[in-house]
Amino acid sequence: MTAVSPDTSTATPRTSKGSKQLQNLTGGWPVAFWFLLPSMIGFGLFFLFPTIRGLYLSLTDWNLIANRGEFIGLENYRKLVDDQRFYDSMWRTLKYVVINIGSQTVLAILIASMMDRLTRSSVIRGALLLPWLMPNVVVGLLWLWMLDGSVGVVTEFLQWLGFSDDLAFFTSTTNVIPTIAAINTWKFMGYTALLMFAGLQTIPSTVYEAAAMDGATEFQMFRKITLPLMRPVLALVLVITIIGSFQVFDTVLVTTGGFGNQPGGPVNASKVIYLYIYQNAIDFNDLGYAAALSVVLVLVLMVVTFFQLRLLRAGESDLA
Amino acid sequence: MSSTSGSMAGTGGSGSVGQRVGRLTAWLILGLILFISIFPFYWALRTGLSFNRELLRGDQSILPPDLTWLNFKRVLGLASVEEVRLATDRENSGSFDYLLALRNSVIIATVITAGQVFFSAMAAYAFSRLRFKGRDQLFFLYLTGLMVPPIFALIPNLILMKNLGWLNSFQGIVAPFFLMTPFAVFFLRQFFLGINRSLEEAAIIDGASHFTLFRRVILPIAAPQMVTLAVLTYVTAWNEFLWPLVVAPQDENVQPLTVALNSFTTQTPGTQPDWSGLMAGTLLAALPVLAIFIAFGRRLVDSIQFSGIK
Repeated sequence: MTAVSPDTSTATPRTSKGSKQLQNLTGGWPVAFWFLLPSMIGFGLFFLFPTIRGLYLSLTDWNLIANRGEFIGLENYRKLVDDQRFYDSMWRTLKYVVINIGSQTVLAILIASMMDRLTRSSVIRGALLLPWLMPNVVVGLLWLWMLDGSVGVVTEFLQWLGFSDDLAFFTSTTNVIPTIAAINTWKFMGYTALLMFAGLQTIPSTVYEAAAMDGATEFQMFRKITLPLMRPVLALVLVITIIGSFQVFDTVLVTTGGFGNQPGGPVNASKVIYLYIYQNAIDFNDLGYAAALSVVLVLVLMVVTFFQLRLLRAGESDLA
Repeated sequence: MSSTSGSMAGTGGSGSVGQRVGRLTAWLILGLILFISIFPFYWALRTGLSFNRELLRGDQSILPPDLTWLNFKRVLGLASVEEVRLATDRENSGSFDYLLALRNSVIIATVITAGQVFFSAMAAYAFSRLRFKGRDQLFFLYLTGLMVPPIFALIPNLILMKNLGWLNSFQGIVAPFFLMTPFAVFFLRQFFLGINRSLEEAAIIDGASHFTLFRRVILPIAAPQMVTLAVLTYVTAWNEFLWPLVVAPQDENVQPLTVALNSFTTQTPGTQPDWSGLMAGTLLAALPVLAIFIAFGRRLVDSIQFSGIK
């Protein structure tokens, strides 16, 4: 870190007072302090301090009503190791993530590569982005209505196509997780596709032109050119979307908790890890245990991300 | 560039039958995906314009079976008691005060956006223009904030709000997002780094302070990116659900639309859900986002292409 970057030194005329001007130019802490003060307060109070405090809380039996707690060492973690409901909620979350990310990624790649080959229309791109902009609560309610067991339009359409008459989505223990996963695939596929679309545009058009000359079909070009060359983008997008997918909560609460039902139902079939943490903190008033659960969730996410980056060799592109 | 090459391959004389079939199939699939993306919004509108009794009879016609504005009037609190009975077949539908929740959402999203964008821009200025000891380390520390899942900070933040006496208040809902988010700082720093420095150097030599520079040079030049960030921040704040739910569980006077809409369903009995009222309310809650989308859609699309994250 030298004081001057190359573009600065060429642009500034050298004078005898050069060093004084350079100091003005680059500020130093006396200037930087005031620029950084608001953000440092925000970061300190709502990011750094809660991270440290969260670790501490996981070692206590904190109660929000009394707003105090005793230090109980690793008791919460001991409880967690034997907590079947924790494993169940992690397992459900994992199922959700696999279904959601699997379908969403395949569809997004498809959409992105189709757009890349067919159109630059910003109207089409905008329309695909619309579901992503909507509040999760709105999205959940839209689908809760359309997938209603007795009068939902999608339910009736599927029955018209020949699915069984007792088709159930949110009221079925086996279907509720795939249903919520599909809803969020609907919400995020356009956005994910746009992220990938951005990456696709780094592939030179000459590659496609050459392939077309040689008589390659669209499908062959997709398989032999598009897929291999978009791997770095895919890796980045997957890291972002998988971390997000593990944190599913709003949709679950809205689609399973309405009309007098128990959130996470039927019979806990959709109680994902975020909901389990939420219930421990808010409904059972056991903030210490909820904090311990979130510490473990963070560790799981870190491990998942680490292996993902290794597996996908994120930094490397075949376009060399 | 590749779009021209694509159309050459598809429609030009040299395109093979296989290439043409491929393109046609691709257009059909893209059309279907577009339809699936848009249809739920149309269906919500159609439902909101119908009477519940028709819906519960299982009418699936494309147009509302019996067009009525009553549900929207009802959600906006403009319908009389008789009209409510006509629309729902009951005295009292589990309605919510849309206008109050709308006001709250507007206050929350506006305050968060104004604070977050301005203070993050100040931080981004320091990280992109000033040199001070530990700058890169501090920036890296900010970035690690992107890795922390919201629920990890949620519990300690909830306790902090309780200590401050800010539960069920606007301050409590706004505070964690008001001064910065790591994403906002990162987003703006990337743009500021790309702004040519020669103009500022001239201004500094003429004796301008860094604050003048920030206000008179950087902010005007980066205005388009600031607007993009503001739109993203506004939509994110508008859509936020978990934090207002835990920090303001009791007070309707501060709850945003997302929380109010959720309470609307939890209060509705399950026997005969008030679907038409619910869909009217849902659409009204989505309306401001739709308006933003129509005004700034293109900018949003471009920003996603540019930044590649969010």
